[in-house]
Amino acid sequence: MPDAIEFSHVTRRFGDITAVDDLTLTVPEGSITVLLGPNGAGKTTTVRLTTGALGSDEGSIRVLGLDPRSSGDEVRARTAVVPPKPALYDQLTGWENLAFTADIFGAPHDTIRPAAERFGIDHALQLNVGGYSTGMRTRLALARAVLHDPQVLLLDEPTAGLDPESARAVLNLIRELAGRGRTIVLCTHLLHEAEGVADQVVLMGAGQARIVGSQTDLADRFVTNPAVILDAEDRTALAALEDHADVVSAEWNGSVHVRLTHLDRLPDLVAELVGNGARITRVEPDNPTLETLYFEMQRSLREAS
Amino acid sequence: MRWDRTLTVARIDLSRLFKSKDYWIPMGVLAAVFFVILPFGLLTVVTSTTSSDLVNKIGEVLQTLPGPVQDNVVGETPAARGAYMLSVYLLAPVAIVVPLTISSAVGAHAIVGERERGTGEFLAHSPLTVREIFIGKMLASLVPGFIATAVGFTIYSLLVNLKVGPLVGGWFFPTTGWWILIVWVVPPFIAVALSVILWVSAKVRSTAAAQQAATLVSLPVIMAAYGVSSGLLINPVVAGFAVGVVAWVLAAGGLISGSRSLNRESLLGLGGD
Repeated sequence: MPDAIEFSHVTRRFGDITAVDDLTLTVPEGSITVLLGPNGAGKTTTVRLTTGALGSDEGSIRVLGLDPRSSGDEVRARTAVVPPKPALYDQLTGWENLAFTADIFGAPHDTIRPAAERFGIDHALQLNVGGYSTGMRTRLALARAVLHDPQVLLLDEPTAGLDPESARAVLNLIRELAGRGRTIVLCTHLLHEAEGVADQVVLMGAGQARIVGSQTDLADRFVTNPAVILDAEDRTALAALEDHADVVSAEWNGSVHVRLTHLDRLPDLVAELVGNGARITRVEPDNPTLETLYFEMQRSLREAS
Repeated sequence: MRWDRTLTVARIDLSRLFKSKDYWIPMGVLAAVFFVILPFGLLTVVTSTTSSDLVNKIGEVLQTLPGPVQDNVVGETPAARGAYMLSVYLLAPVAIVVPLTISSAVGAHAIVGERERGTGEFLAHSPLTVREIFIGKMLASLVPGFIATAVGFTIYSLLVNLKVGPLVGGWFFPTTGWWILIVWVVPPFIAVALSVILWVSAKVRSTAAAQQAATLVSLPVIMAAYGVSSGLLINPVVAGFAVGVVAWVLAAGGLISGSRSLNRESLLGLGGD
């Protein structure tokens, strides 16, 4: 699969501050990449460099095979950005905001209503955006982003401050566009929302891509002890897990979250519990969440440094 | 540069502007004061006065005017001549003060306003070129001033013709000098001021700072325009044409250098001083 976005040793400074520092990163076409990292990690600057809204001081960038510095207008015509704040014109109606976007991106006006319907904002198109709630504004910003059917969609903290319905609309959009071969880059702090959507997770820090990989790869690399969830009719029968030789840790949280020394020890462990009279009702893998991975990766980086 | 996109930028700014009563009501009042209320009051006093003192003073003022102006002033009585002089010569600078003030108010926050609202981020990521954005914003700033001038000038013409016309033998306004002023001189003067104001708007961090700077920029332009517009009415054809040519050249230069001052970083709020 060719790369939709390629950063090669890209550096961008603001005075004495280096926002992006020798960043090398590729985003395959048609994939969903999630950029994680604390504030100041360089996520927003990376988005801005991608569209050519900012120029790099060093290194090279290719987006859809084009250099955003020399072909920025073409890159921006084929991409869309959903910024953390929706960036809408309050005095205008929803329709006027979308029509403005359609006109500058060369999209026909008959794309406006379907886009608004897709995000459930069509009922408010004739109202001034100044009267919209935060969720409505974000929905309109999302509708605006898909008007011209961009090949690359960059979402910078799009779910910040959103109600659950609107946040779900964002995630549905991401999955749908990726399903149609579009490339998605999502910057977020809300790890649970990005759970399971990423083909590639990038942990950024100090302007660099510190760790890159799929969620499964990262789980293999950073979560050394596999986990399972166990439950039984009589939970006291599971108390023996705490001192078991094959168990690293056992946390009681309704059911029992057990970290094992090796996953292949699980059948014997379950057989032993059953042999001791436990009537097991639940055995399932406890895959590490993105949040768990994030903190494991951060811990690993701290130890390495 | 694509003109359809440039005009879209201008259109959207104008839509926002005309929906904002906070803006256009004060500006409408300003235009009404300078084009209607003030002239109406002064002309009423001059044409209906019975005070011999005032009539004598008007006569004295007329004596101080340059020879060519005195030759052009029409009217049999001091009051009629005074009203003619007031209509044609003394109120001419109004034609430049009003549109400049209105356009400056729009231009001052044209770019910095995008940053403050956060919409600059959207424009920075759009396929619009910075020149399309700059010229679109310039057009959107020019139009309200031009509309105020066109409407105000029409009303002013009716007013002076109705008030003063019967005293000087019929409708006389606009004179050649006023046509040249309105069509040839006022537009480039506004464009010169706006190119500087938009340059400032691209550089500063807040609308308040932009407005302060716009005042500083527009004052000398208004002063210059005041002198020029008064002077060129004395010798309208040659002086008016020459002044217009110079102003258009300055406007073109200002437009080019102003558009170079804008970049995407300033739209993102990263390039301010």
